[in-house]
Amino acid sequence: MYEAMREAVRAYDPARASKSALVGGEGEKMRNAREAGNLICGDFIGHTMEIALKLGESNACMRRIVAAPTAGSCGVVPAVLLAMEAERGFPRERMIHALYVAAGIGGVIANRAFIAGAAGGCQAEIGTASAMAAGAAVFLMGGGADAIASAAALTLKNLMGLVCDPVAGLVEIPCVKRNAMGAVNALICADEALAGIYSKIPPDQVIDAMRAVGKAMPDDLKETGTGGLAATPWGIEVGEKIGPLS
Amino acid sequence: MNILDIIGPVMVGPSSSHTAGAVRIGLAARKLLGEEVRKAEIYFHGSFMATGRGHGTDRAVVAGLLGFAVEDERIPESFAYAGESGLAFSIRGIDLGDDVHANTVKMNICGESGRGLEVIASSIGGGRIWIDEIDGLNINVGGEYPTLIVHNLDEPGHVTGVTSLLADRSVNIAAMQLYRMGRGGEAVMVLECDQEIPGEAILCLRRLDGIRKVTYLNMGIGHETEEGHVRLSGEDNHGYKGKKMGFLADRAGG
Repeated sequence: MYEAMREAVRAYDPARASKSALVGGEGEKMRNAREAGNLICGDFIGHTMEIALKLGESNACMRRIVAAPTAGSCGVVPAVLLAMEAERGFPRERMIHALYVAAGIGGVIANRAFIAGAAGGCQAEIGTASAMAAGAAVFLMGGGADAIASAAALTLKNLMGLVCDPVAGLVEIPCVKRNAMGAVNALICADEALAGIYSKIPPDQVIDAMRAVGKAMPDDLKETGTGGLAATPWGIEVGEKIGPLS
Repeated sequence: MNILDIIGPVMVGPSSSHTAGAVRIGLAARKLLGEEVRKAEIYFHGSFMATGRGHGTDRAVVAGLLGFAVEDERIPESFAYAGESGLAFSIRGIDLGDDVHANTVKMNICGESGRGLEVIASSIGGGRIWIDEIDGLNINVGGEYPTLIVHNLDEPGHVTGVTSLLADRSVNIAAMQLYRMGRGGEAVMVLECDQEIPGEAILCLRRLDGIRKVTYLNMGIGHETEEGHVRLSGEDNHGYKGKKMGFLADRAGG
């Protein structure tokens, strides 16, 4: 599975555009900016963003990806893991363990709340991916169980309430860029936890709060493509251009 | 827990429900038909109709009918492959009513021998599917287990005949449903099993007296589970096996 993630990044093709032509080439632009040394965030965060954008984009363009936990959020976990591996040269075995840590966190959230935008908004989808990535990152850096759980909780707190509002109902805008955001959010929270800045609210209670917020969200903001950014004049125009199947 | 419940499947994007699930529905229909599909009338309902084009649901279903797997990168070009391999298809919208899952497709397919099949199936999240109807009959199976669909005459002994044949081959039944059209008419049993059913057993079943038709659906889940398509979801009640242990509708052919 980890190798499938790596292969998906390798197979990235900047020339591909999505069916709506709204998505394509973002990951390549980030790579160029990295190479030019123009990034405010520096090369490591730039690399993380580049991978997340490439995978989010590949997903939108019907390329092969690994759902983690969903297809729409497929860039977050690989971005953090692959960028950290490249930066620090962790052995393969340790990367696989990190993937288990990520899956464990995702499993807890799936059982306690939800992991799909249609069920609980983007906070549930990119939020879960971000929590998984943060926990895995803390594990890689040698953090213990408390720090791992705390990092996961911090990511969900940062993303609490984020709605799922894809333009025209497509997994494109804003989904691709939210992958980059989810990956960097994971790094912020991992560093906080590693620095001993823990979530004051217990992780389980944070997940329960995320579930309650997701339940309270109107359907317009749960992947129906009818609220939020999808309901902007621009979003509506794009939706009308693509049209339904028949 | 299983890591693969959360990480995976390896799939062609953009959506596990609208793309990977749609491929699996096409694959299930193809396996139910048991031969190359030559003609397909495809009807999209609900969200499949509304956002199917942008998600490649149309190309995904056709890819499944052609036998492509969810990670096959030929999926976006499935229409061209259909042309090459002689699969004629049409895609339209349909309203199957409010009780139907939003991601549902109805298909009338026809194979190279002229055999026809009508399937209604839904994509219920995370790439998992649910087969609602085959040839107008509610069957309600998830395709996650090797599944036998046996049409028989509604008369005593056929359930015993089928189940003992499976028992002899150490095949355990996970869930079983029985239906009949009317007393003494045609009856159907749907058996979801823990083990794959050997081809020889299916041939034996077909030779039993009173058995009209035997269809076997094996989505190769033992293999696919390793790619992690079974997904946990706090919201989703489909796939719950317990509710199906009771005999539904009329008891048939005991």
